[in-house]
Formats: sequence, C-alpha cells, structure tokens
Amino acid sequence: MATSMVNEVKGDDSVPKELLLEKHVSFLREYGQNEDNFEYGITDYLRMSGVYWGLTALDLMGKLKELPENEIVEFVQKCQDPESGGISGCINHDPHLLHTVSAIQVLCIYDRLDAINVEGVIKYVKSLQKDDGSFTGDKWGEVDTRFSFCAVLTLSLLKRMDAIDVDKAVEFVESCMNFDGGFGSRPLSESHAGLIYCCVGFLSITQRLDIIKRDTLAWWLCERQLPSGGLNGRPEKLPDVCYSWWVLSSLSMLGRLHWIDFAALEKFIVSCQDSETGGFSDRPGDITDPYHTLFGLAALSLMGNGALKRVNPTYCMPQEVIDKLELKPQILN
Amino acid sequence: MGDSSDEEFQNSESWVFYRNRDDWKDVEPVEQEDGGEYPVVSISYTPKFKDVYDYLRGVMKIGEKSQRALDLTADAIALNAANYTVWQYRRDILKELKSDLAKELKYIEKVIQRHCKNYQVWHHRRVIVEWLQDSSKELKFTQGILVFDAKNYHAWQHRQWAIKTFGLYEGELEYVDSLLRDDIRNNSAWNQRYFVINNTIGFVDDVVSKEVEYVLEKIETVPLNESAWNYLKGLLLHDKGGLSNNVKVTTFCEDLYMSGNRSPFLLALIVDMCDERISNKAEDDKYNLKRASELCHELATTVDPIRCRYWEYMSTTISKKAGCESGEDAEGGDGPEEAAAAGASHDV
Repeated sequence: MATSMVNEVKGDDSVPKELLLEKHVSFLREYGQNEDNFEYGITDYLRMSGVYWGLTALDLMGKLKELPENEIVEFVQKCQDPESGGISGCINHDPHLLHTVSAIQVLCIYDRLDAINVEGVIKYVKSLQKDDGSFTGDKWGEVDTRFSFCAVLTLSLLKRMDAIDVDKAVEFVESCMNFDGGFGSRPLSESHAGLIYCCVGFLSITQRLDIIKRDTLAWWLCERQLPSGGLNGRPEKLPDVCYSWWVLSSLSMLGRLHWIDFAALEKFIVSCQDSETGGFSDRPGDITDPYHTLFGLAALSLMGNGALKRVNPTYCMPQEVIDKLELKPQILN
Repeated sequence: MGDSSDEEFQNSESWVFYRNRDDWKDVEPVEQEDGGEYPVVSISYTPKFKDVYDYLRGVMKIGEKSQRALDLTADAIALNAANYTVWQYRRDILKELKSDLAKELKYIEKVIQRHCKNYQVWHHRRVIVEWLQDSSKELKFTQGILVFDAKNYHAWQHRQWAIKTFGLYEGELEYVDSLLRDDIRNNSAWNQRYFVINNTIGFVDDVVSKEVEYVLEKIETVPLNESAWNYLKGLLLHDKGGLSNNVKVTTFCEDLYMSGNRSPFLLALIVDMCDERISNKAEDDKYNLKRASELCHELATTVDPIRCRYWEYMSTTISKKAGCESGEDAEGGDGPEEAAAAGASHDV
C-alpha cells in the first residue's frame, strides 16, 4: 500500500503494451558502440557485470549467438588476476567478488570454465571469508550480505562449496534477518528487496531456507506491489523494474510467486520498454540500460512468458544451464 | 555522471589535458586495454576521460605516490566516482605521503554530497574515519545527507556503523523521533528506532510497553502506514503474551475497526491475532476462525484485492489449522516444509 504516493509513475497511453524482443536484441548487441553513450564509457569498472547482464538477457531471448563468444571468453581470461585469483570488472583493474561471480556466470553459460584458473577463483573467494562467517567484496573492503551470496553462487557453480565454512556463513546471514522477516546488508540494517534476494538466494544454495520466516517475509515481499502494478524495494519507495526481479525471484524460491498480481506487474514492466531504442528502464519514460533490460526480461520469464527461456530464480541464469550443471538450489513448493 | 562531475574541475573551460602539461611530460600515458573491437567489451570514452585515465594508469604503472598523483586521482574520481581501483590507489598515496586526513575528510564529504548512492565513496569515508579514530563528525555529516534523501541506504549504513563502533547512541532516539515527525512513513527511521533500542536498553517489558504506546499514537495519525504497523509487529515479538494478548494493542485495534477504519494493515493484524489464538487453541468470541475468514474475504475482495491470493491462502491455512488436531497441516499434501512455514508465521 502506498497511498501517500499518488501518481507514483507517469504511465500514459503512449507507453508500450507489447514485448519488443527484436528491439532488445539490437539494443544489447549495439550497446556501447555509440560514441555519445557516455554513461557506458564511464562504467568500465563494471564491464564484467555488464557482459553478464547483456549475455544472459540475450540468452533468455534465444539469441546467445549475437555476441562473439571467443572475444568474451578471452576478455574474462584477461581480467583474472594471477596473484589473488579474483576477477576484475575490466582488464588491469583490481579484482572484486561482484565481477568474479559475473565472470563465472558468463563462463558457465558458455560452458567454458576451462578458460580460466578455477582453483585461483576458489582460493580468492575463500580468502574473503571473515571469522564471523561474513564475506567482504574485495581484500580492502566492506562486509555486506551481497557478498555472502556472491561467494556461494560462485562456489556452487564451481562445485566447491567445501572451500568455505558454510555453517558460519549461514550464521552471519541469519544474523541479518529483521523483525519484518526481511534482510539487510548487515545485522539490523533495514530490510531491502535487493538484499532479501541475496539472502534468500544464499539460503537456497546452502539448502537452508528453513531458517526463514516464510510467510512473514513473503507477505512483506508481496506488499511491495503498488497500485501501478510495479514493485518497490522498501516501503514508501517508487517502483523500479529491477525490483520486479528481486521480489519475484525471492517469492519464487519461497514458493509464493502466485501472491503477486501477474497481469498488473506485466503491464508495468512492458511499459518500461523504450519502443525506439529498445531496452528497459527503471520506470516508464526513463533511459534504458542492460541492467534493467535483464531484470525486466528475467521477471517476465519467471511469470511464464512463452517467448523467453525459463530463468532460474536463484542464479538468474537460464534454467537449462543450471540443469546441465546438475545444480539443485532449494526451492520451496 | 558527466554534468555534475564537471563542476569538480575548477574551471572546465580552462581545462588543460594532461598530455599538454609541461609538468607531466615525464609520465608515459598507458591506454586502456579493453579486449577487442566488439561492443560488448570495448568502451567509448570522451577525450578528457581518456586523457585523465591514461595518465592515471601511467602513474599507477610506475607506482608514483606524490602530491600530483593524488591530485590526479581526484580528477579521475570526478569523472567516475565508482571506480574502486582509483580509490584504493588514492588511499595508498595518502598513506605514503602521510597526508592530512582531516583535509581528506572534507574532500570526501564533498564527493559524497555529489555521489551519495555510490558504494566506494562511503567506504572511503569509513576508512578515513578508522584511520583518524575520530567519529565526531559522522552523525552531523550523515544527518546532512539524510536531509536531502531521508532513506539513503548508504548514509544509514554508515551512521549505524559509526554509532555501533564508537558508541554514539546518545541522542539518537530523539533524532529518530524528529525524522518520524517530519515523515511518519520513513521506514529507515523506524528501522533505526529498532536498532537503537535493540543495541542499548533492549526490548524489556517496560520498553515494549512504552514503544507500543509510541507506535499506536503514530498509527492513529496515519493508519495506512505500513512501516509503523511492521514496527508494532516487531515489538510484539518481544511481548510474552504474543500478538493477541496486549490489551493496549487489542483495544486500539478494536476501536479503530469499530470506527470504520479498514486499513489493510489493521485487518491483517487482526487476522494474525485470530491465527495465533487458533494455533494456541485459545479462541474466544473476538479472535476466532469465523472472524479470520470474514476478514480475509474482505481483504481479498475489497480492501486489498491486488494481494487476493495471499488472503485466500491465509484463509485456507487458518481454516485447516482450526480443523486439524495437530495444527500442522497447512496446505494439504505440501509436505513438512509447508507445515513448518505455517508454524513460523505465528511464531510472532
């Protein structure tokens, strides 16, 4: 309920009402080619995550071949730091767990894990676990439940969960559970849908969804749906397409996906497409980017859109890739 | 973003490229290697961006830690405050030069004001405060950011870190109270209230009682406020009587309901109270299956139809619990997980 937010979004008759798949394919294929696209130029530090967003979105549309596999794999190779084993966002940058997980996701989609030093990655992830079970994002850094999720996501894709202290890791995530059933970045930090996705995903991979107050959290999550049909990430905030993914995927792992009004959400997501440039934005009429494009498409896939491949709610990767790896993240009925 | 970053160059028009500066002739610029011709991994840069970063890579390559290198990192940060590699190099230089950290704190304050939703800038602030072991400016500083964005997650996280690390709890509840007076729906402020009490006096009986009064007063002003109702439920987690035995709360809810109020959060709490009583085999004429079913129906059809599936589920779950000896069978045949979860919902 967000009755204080009258006119939360400015949807009007001109917004798209159909899914514009072809537009999105060319949008992702050509993103960054445009010299004027300064936004993309300054984001070299997260190029690796950008590759993951674009590639996964294209794969969900059945268009994996639109991107040059060998060049991408070579790029990932060049981003691995031989010393720490971690992977950076761009060549010659410092490694970071966020990019390491994206890189591993990309290589799993291509089935090309052989291209990098896998043992190095495992060593890197292991080095980031702290005594209390939490993880930092890099060797300098901060503790955040996002990094707990990245760590187990990476290691589970590599089938090396034994490399870390899983029980301690679970203990830390559990300590970040709030009175409303949600999770924040650290103990007693405010519940936030993005961090809830990370924590639920973490518990799905570690097969510990039992520690969640399931219906309390699922109700909090479905309370994110606003009269526009879109989902926000915290009470009294505006809706944003990326929360469609974080809220829906969490509800899906909790077996409560159907508590969302699909028709209303679909209408909101589709209205966030740009019918000229392609791609999705956070809200109708804003500038589109690969990040919101992936999460818009992934959310539509979770709701059963037949034009898209099935996405796995825990990994945000095509289900067929997860099946091939014989991974069985916990999903409640 | 380019527009706001440009301000950080003292005078954009008189900007001189590093490659044209006499005092930089000794450094060899290093171009970004970005992995090929393909758009997915290649990057287009503006000339200024390329110039600054080519020289930054140049100094990083030779490991130069000097005042001019420090100034160069500031130019690089002005162009892209999210590049964590640059921030780390800046910290290496600060250490090497034994720079004035109080000055650095002022610098990072300005950068955060421009990029307050960026992880790296907040992390830098935290490191500098740790190095200084001086937290005296943190409350005022975060307060300044929260004036513009009262729900800024980074600012709250930094504030909580400073409070917890340096024991700065004094006055925090008053601050939270002032924020809630400005915006009663500020969920971050409600969370902070919980954080402070939890880490100080704790939710002992008389605190719970006082907090219940506080939150009921707030709910009375705006009954459609999800955050306040969540806080109330959080409080009742600490009430030995559970959800449905706090007379202040039950009286308040009944009065509100009788006055005709149909806030979905009010109805939801009464449903949860009925659920708790049914689970505890302690139904009475106020909290029972019949009332729960009617409220769920009202929520699903008129009060909160967008979540009708949730309300239908609640109705079914509660009915089954009422009719089932063990109180475990939540949704026929869904197995032990389902039953455990249904149990969890009334642990509160």
